[in-house]
Order: sequence, then C-alpha cells, then structure tokens
Amino acid sequence: MEPFITLRSKATPLDRVNVDTDQIVPKQFLKLVSRTSFGKFLFYDWRFDRDGAPRKDFVLNNLRYAGRQIMLARDNFGSGSSREHAAWAIVDYGFRAVIAPSFADIFYNNCFKNGILPARLKPDEVDYLFNNEDLEIEIDLAEQLVVAGNRKMHFEVDQFRKKLLLEGLDSIGVTLQLEDRISNYEKRRQMFAPSG
Amino acid sequence: MFEKIWDNHIVYEEEDSPSLLYVDRHLVHEVTSPQAFDGLRMNGRPVRRTDLTFATMDHNVPTSDRSLPIVDQISSIQIQTLAQNCKEFGITLFDMQSPDQGIVHVIGPELGLTLPGTTIVCGDSHTSTHGAFGALALGIGTSEVEHVLATQTIWMDKPKTFAINIEGSRKNNHAVTAKDIILYVIRTIGTAGGTGTVLEYRGAAVSDLSMENRMTICNMSIEAGARAGMIAPDKTTFDFIKGRRYAPKDEQFEKAVEYWSGLRTDPNTKFDKFITFDVSTLAPQVTWGTNPGMVVDVTGAVPHPDEFAKGNENERKAALRALEYMMLVPGTQITDIKVDRVFIGSCTNSRLEDLVEASIVLKGRRVAPSVRAMVVPGSQQVKAAAEQLGLDKVFREAGFEWRESGCSMCLGMNPDILEPGECCASTSNRNFEGRQGSGGRTHLVSPVMAAAAAVEGHFVDVREWF
Ligand code: SF4
Repeated sequence: MEPFITLRSKATPLDRVNVDTDQIVPKQFLKLVSRTSFGKFLFYDWRFDRDGAPRKDFVLNNLRYAGRQIMLARDNFGSGSSREHAAWAIVDYGFRAVIAPSFADIFYNNCFKNGILPARLKPDEVDYLFNNEDLEIEIDLAEQLVVAGNRKMHFEVDQFRKKLLLEGLDSIGVTLQLEDRISNYEKRRQMFAPSG
Repeated sequence: MFEKIWDNHIVYEEEDSPSLLYVDRHLVHEVTSPQAFDGLRMNGRPVRRTDLTFATMDHNVPTSDRSLPIVDQISSIQIQTLAQNCKEFGITLFDMQSPDQGIVHVIGPELGLTLPGTTIVCGDSHTSTHGAFGALALGIGTSEVEHVLATQTIWMDKPKTFAINIEGSRKNNHAVTAKDIILYVIRTIGTAGGTGTVLEYRGAAVSDLSMENRMTICNMSIEAGARAGMIAPDKTTFDFIKGRRYAPKDEQFEKAVEYWSGLRTDPNTKFDKFITFDVSTLAPQVTWGTNPGMVVDVTGAVPHPDEFAKGNENERKAALRALEYMMLVPGTQITDIKVDRVFIGSCTNSRLEDLVEASIVLKGRRVAPSVRAMVVPGSQQVKAAAEQLGLDKVFREAGFEWRESGCSMCLGMNPDILEPGECCASTSNRNFEGRQGSGGRTHLVSPVMAAAAAVEGHFVDVREWF
C-alpha cells in the first residue's frame, strides 16, 4: 500500500449529509471480482444521467475541481453497507483523504486499508473549508494537522492506524507477527466456543 | 454482556490502539469475498480456520427457476468464483443447489452457526442480525475479510455501549411488529445515533419477542449507525438453538446453556448511553424519505422539511432532496401514497414468522390489480417450511409471486428490481436512492403492512385489520 505522510491539495466539496455507500458505488458495479478500476463508478448515479451523459450540476463533473485529492464531506459520510468498493472507488478516482465532521464506522475502517486518510474535523472547521473551497489544504498525518488559510486544525487518529498509513503497512503482515498470541489464545479458547 | 464477550476474545491489546479479537465464526458470501481470496493467493496465505468459516451465495442469485443457467454473465462469474475459492481453500459452502442455501443472516441462525457469547463476522453490514442471540456480530469490509481468513482475528476499537430500553406492551401484536419498534428507534435516535456504539436492546418488550422478531430488531442496528446490536440470551434463545445442526448437543448443550446464562448484563452495569422507549401506544411505522431515519406513523403525513430538520440546515437540505426524489409533497397522508410494487423478503423480514403473519392478512384477499407483489423467502429451509404450512398457496392465490430464496429486491443485484419512478412497499432495511433499482422509490414497512398495502394499492393502517 502507498504510504500516506503529507498531502497538499485543494478540496472537492460534497455538500450533503449521510452520503451512503450505495451512492458512492451503486450496487450494479459490485459484481466485479477485482479491486481496481472502480474510480469510474464513483457516485455513478449522481454523476451520470440515465443515458450515461454527465450531469452538469454534480461537483465531480465541474472542471474547477478536477484533479483535487481531498474530498470535503458532511456528517455520517459512508453510512450504509460494508462494501469496501466505496473506498476502492474513492482512491482509484484519485482522492487520498476525506475530511468530514463524522464518518460511519465500517467505512472509516475501510479507508485505512486502502491508503485513504479519513480526517474528522470539528463542524465549524468543516464549515470553514466549505466556505473557502479554493484554499490550498495541507494535511500532515504525523502531526495530525490540517492546515488551510490561517487555520491549523487538529484531528484524532489512533496510533495503530496512523502507523499503518504512515508506513503503508499491510495489517495482515502485522498481525501474523503475533502468531504466538493467536496460537496461545486458540489453546485456551472457551470450551463452548464453537468448533467445526 | 458486551464487556464479557469482548474480554473473552482479546488476543492482544495495547494502549491507544485497537484490540486484536479472536473470531469464532466467519460467514462468507459472493460479493465481498473474491478480492479477499485473491489477496490470499497473491501472498501465498492459507485460510487459518476452515472449520470456523462457512459460505453461501445470496446477493446475486436469481430467485426464479434454479435449474436454468444464470442469465447475467457477471453475476454468474461472481458465483462461480466463490465456488472455486471455497473448493481451493477448503471451506464449507451452501451453494445455489443446496437445501440450506439462503441469505447469510438467515441461514447462520437456522443452522445453529450463530451462538451466544461468540464473535461472528461477515463481509456484510447486516451481520448485526446475529446479535439477537447475544453474540458480538460485526459487519466488516473486504480487507478485513481477508484478514480474518488469514488470521482468524480482527483489529477493533472498543465500542461504547448504548442501552435501548424498550418497555410496555404493544396493543395489537399482529399489527404492530418488531419492525415498527426498530423503525421507531431509528426515527428517534437517528441514522448516526448509534455511531461508535454497540446497542443492547433490553426491557419487557424485548424479552417478550420471539427469536425471529429479535433478529429483525438487531438486523437494523446498522441503520442507526451502530457497530452491532445485541439482546441477552434467555430461554427463548436456548429453545431456538436446541437441536440445530452446528449447535452443541446433549450434555454439551446443557453446559453451554449454563455458560450462556451467565452472559447477562449485571443489573447495575453502567452503559455509556441509554434511552427508554414505551411501545404501548406505538403505531405501524412507514418511511417517507431516503434514509431509514425518515419515518412517520402510518396515521401521519409526510413532514415539512423544517419540521423534520428541527433547525439543522443540513438535515433540512437532505429532507428537501428526499422529497424531490420520492416525488412527495409535505402534508400528504401516508395512507394516500399509492404503491406499484410490494416486496416481502430480505434478512430483516423473510423468516417463517414474517411469512405466516403476512399470510394472515392475505387469506381470502386479492392483491390490487395495479400492484405487482412478490415474496422471497430468506432461505430454502424457510421456503420448504412455509410450503409445508401451505403459505405458498395463500400467497399465490392472493396474487403474489412465490420465489426462490436470496437477497433479491432488497438491493436489486439480481434481475428483481424496480423500474424508475416505481413506488414500493418493502420489508427490507434500506430506502436509499436507487437501492431497489435506479429511480425506484422505497417505503420500508413490516410484512403485515406490506401485505395490506398490496391488497389496497396504497398504505393502510393494518391495525384495522386485526
Ligand atoms: S437481504 Fe439485503 S440487507 Fe440483507 S444481506 Fe441481502 S442485500 Fe444485504
């Protein structure tokens, strides 16, 4: 996985609450068996009309925001299903970070598995970014800071996930180093824990 | 209860980091697993505990005649891929021809794979269903599926606990159902109300419920944004589990019951959050918008965005958008909303009891000529049991289609979808834009409310029918 250390970009504003994973990647695209090239399906039903023509009023179709690597979103971003396709589409499209006041739990987790930083800022900080959408934003993961205009905004992230992103680590590899612990646990597992 | 299960499953922990938890059961389906198996292959990793891993196919499967080939090539590839992966890695699979096939959250409990006190994961958010047995059941993403296949463990932040006390007794048990209770809960706490928490449903109105009803409630915990939902196991739970294929037997079962009985939350346990509901006057609930928190009583009307948003500008915008998408005008009586389609099915409401209840409404009645209605049993076992009771005849005679088991129109990955603009009374769990078909408009309701809407061609207060 590509490490995430710092990122400098403007943000693409998606001014809607409760954006769910069914919108991020509509289900007709879940049938693929690979994990690449989901970017073209990102927000498909919002981006294109029924004939497949781009909808002029949707942000991703606005050239002004082209090439931006940060998505700016509202509360409860990524709600709904556990489909990781949502994270794959976001990263494949070219976003490396999502800033929002809050995220749905499973989606939040899925981001870290795919080199995306989901940064939770305070509602007024998010409002500030929405109101100044052409500001250059700098994200520093090590310092847990988002810097834009005259503001320095701090976000929380736990040490484990931070390390995975900073070093681009594969969490299975990390866990397999704990093999002893897992085997030990298996030996002392409760007798009523299910077997085969 | 949550704390006990959590502590029992810690493999490793460190400060300011997620904990590594052991997974007792891993359920796998065709949509969220192919990339995980690919990852294993690429890294030369085996599945650590094939004995704790079970697979089925549900999301894509057609619900028409199973002896015919699948028309949709891409679905067919996904289904074959799962079969090949299970074979290659040595995992038990209940495939399309199996008498045990069904929606993963219906067959887990049915086969006795779902047990109290265990940790259960599946690459599907409605894994929360299994919490009805007093299990910690979590939906996970595909990378985590791969992680569990390889290590039988999962990294997880310890969630906070949220007690949902449900008191009182419903006035009309047939007309006001578990579905109405959970819709009311989500209406009250909101679709993000449970974020970061595990909900524990407690109280007299919960103890009274059957296992199937408890599953309906826990199923939709995710719609309140929760990490999981749980109900403490009791005699109802043990009776349900007894004799199921993968459940402990005889003396082992007795011992297990003793252990499971000890899982109950101590009466003086402190929850991080709590809320109390009284369901004595609860009415059937209907969603009007495009998320499961946009709910009103069947006797009510579509709200005005200002009234719905209570001063929150973002919620107001969301409500406006929802009204536009749903083609609804504020003030419209719910009972004036016409339906074109009715869907009884999904992991929320496709178990035997759901079908029995809906059939009571339909006996001697006919589906309105303008409505197309279908029933999709949750599993082959549910389907067989319902046919034994003659329910297929009741549904067919009323004008319903009687289909093979699967997810079907809950998310429309198979050919069962809404046409743009069609309005559907659905017993599923998500009314998101386009969920049941691009442009389709979904109203979530209970099975009896769906059946009654099928008959009348619009929503009705089903309390008047019982
Ligand atoms: S029935 Fe619907 S919600 Fe349940 S697992 Fe299938 S698609 Fe998901």
